[in-house]
Amino acid sequence: MRDAGFKRWDVHSPFPIHGLDSAMGLSKSSLSWFVFIGGATGTLTAFLLQFITQVVIYPTYVQDKPASITTLPAFFPVMFELTVLFAAFTALFGSMILNRLPRWNHPLFVSEQFTRFSDDAFFLCIEARDPQFSKEETKALLKKMGGTNIELIEDEI
Amino acid sequence: MAEASTSDTARPVIARESLVLNERPMSWVTNRICGIVENRQPFLWWVLFVPCVMLMGVLGYCLAYLVATGVGVWGNNHPVGWGWAITNFVFWIGIGHAGTLISAILFLTRQKWRTSVNRAAEAMTLFAVICAGIFPAIHVGRFWMVWFLAPVPNANGIWQNFKSPLLWDVFAVSTYFTVSVIFWYVGLIPDLATLRDRAKRGIRKAAYGFFALGWRGGNRQWRHYEMAYLLLAALSTPLVLSVHSVVSFDFATSIVPGWHTTIFPPYFVAGAIFGGFAMVLTLMIPARKIYGLQDLITPKHIDNMAKIILLTGTIVGYAYIMELFISWYGGNKYEQAAFANRTGGYYSWAYVCMFTCNVIVPQLFWFRYCRHNLWIVMAVCMCVNAGMWFERFVIIVTSIAQDFLPGAWDFYHPSWVEIWTFVGTFGLFLGLFLLFIRFFPVIAMSEIKGVLPKSDPHYLPPGTFTHDAEGREIDNDGEQ
Repeated sequence: MRDAGFKRWDVHSPFPIHGLDSAMGLSKSSLSWFVFIGGATGTLTAFLLQFITQVVIYPTYVQDKPASITTLPAFFPVMFELTVLFAAFTALFGSMILNRLPRWNHPLFVSEQFTRFSDDAFFLCIEARDPQFSKEETKALLKKMGGTNIELIEDEI
Repeated sequence: MAEASTSDTARPVIARESLVLNERPMSWVTNRICGIVENRQPFLWWVLFVPCVMLMGVLGYCLAYLVATGVGVWGNNHPVGWGWAITNFVFWIGIGHAGTLISAILFLTRQKWRTSVNRAAEAMTLFAVICAGIFPAIHVGRFWMVWFLAPVPNANGIWQNFKSPLLWDVFAVSTYFTVSVIFWYVGLIPDLATLRDRAKRGIRKAAYGFFALGWRGGNRQWRHYEMAYLLLAALSTPLVLSVHSVVSFDFATSIVPGWHTTIFPPYFVAGAIFGGFAMVLTLMIPARKIYGLQDLITPKHIDNMAKIILLTGTIVGYAYIMELFISWYGGNKYEQAAFANRTGGYYSWAYVCMFTCNVIVPQLFWFRYCRHNLWIVMAVCMCVNAGMWFERFVIIVTSIAQDFLPGAWDFYHPSWVEIWTFVGTFGLFLGLFLLFIRFFPVIAMSEIKGVLPKSDPHYLPPGTFTHDAEGREIDNDGEQ
């Protein structure tokens, strides 16, 4: 498929198939960068929250500990927790955005047999938007590659 | 060695036990696990669920009575300001840790056997943390003031003391709960899609469909999904270690004899994993029997978890003995007195229970026979569940009942309200777990399918020949 020059195609499977990324010519997911930025935001938020409230707005002296930057180590636990919290939210929403989810009305759901992707079936989908797509030739190509149950799904996108 | 590889299917020289027994196909996995959700629940489910609902009622009554009357209805006194409430809090939060350990740490270390148990263990984490969260909230006395814990200034413009371990605990536990929910939900998405695709009826299809977010299992989706899951595992791993460390800071940063030790964070984390695995087994051994999941949760899984219980139990035993040694070796007479009271004083029966249940009984797991006899495994897990509760009771109550000045000493006995509140949280915990079994796939189907031998790209159906054995090409290679 990749060698045939298709761009808008995907492989649907009940579980992630390792090694398929390189077979499809996909690079590593960029999600880790977003999560890193999210985590760093969390660290900074926690630091500012603690520093501003404990030192700037209302200097808080408890058990003779100073209200200054020298108590930074006592701020570490909350900084760590908010780093993880922000990073986790970024991982959730970042992966949803990268996957274009939620999307409840995809044309593939029109197909009766496609519902088996989440059970034990494997599908290869070529979108009609692909410049290489043509009704007959693509079908012939899929057939040549040993495809079974080839179906044309027509629906509004 | 050589003759092993001359068989017709070229099995590896050292055969590993299969994670799914009887060579079940993928559709069997789907049918069996979805069947739990789609079919009527067995009678036993109702037998268990109805008492759980009653206990939830008891819990609600006890909480309402406490809030309406005041913390005086508990047995707390001066100096024992932390009685059962904090004991129960640490007990429940510790149980949660096994779920995160299974889902995150075993994921990062590529322990494939985790796939059969991680979903249920993560659910257990959430429900245990819910039970745990009740106690710090109600022990503040004036429940309606609990918003003081949130990082907002009070009416006088005063902010929280961020240098206090108690506030760290608020952040740690709430983060832990939130991240556990996210991790659990992300893991659920493909399986919710399976339930959606199988559902016929309207509400069921709409509800699962809504939460499945329109998942289509395309490789372009799996790519980001797997990265998200990996990152969440990487984030949860230090998080779970930090949560119980922060819980232990509540004690360790004080100067109370018996609490003021540096061994607490690792000791608490090991104890939490220990107690949590015991609770996982307590739940999973009956569940696999009732729902016929013996091919998915195999003796190998139980064997592995028993080994982890043995390991962490022995670490905990080491910590108990090291505490005693340091209190003697440290030469601090208050520490020495605290441990003399712990082991030989008024509450020494609790210490004996703790030591027996947590250190001595799990040593049975050195023997393969004991790890494979489910009755023995269940009995040991019950001992560990009880022993870990006693550990927290011993740590909390014996240390503050007799601290520095004999004139300030007093003993503590729980009142009926505390006892029934604790019993009620078991109803809440088990009731939520039963509802989870009823509405969610208890086993991560997409992950199980990924560890089946058939999902290996190099898998060959039995009966076909390999290049090595026969020197022939395979012509039935259907892919690409």
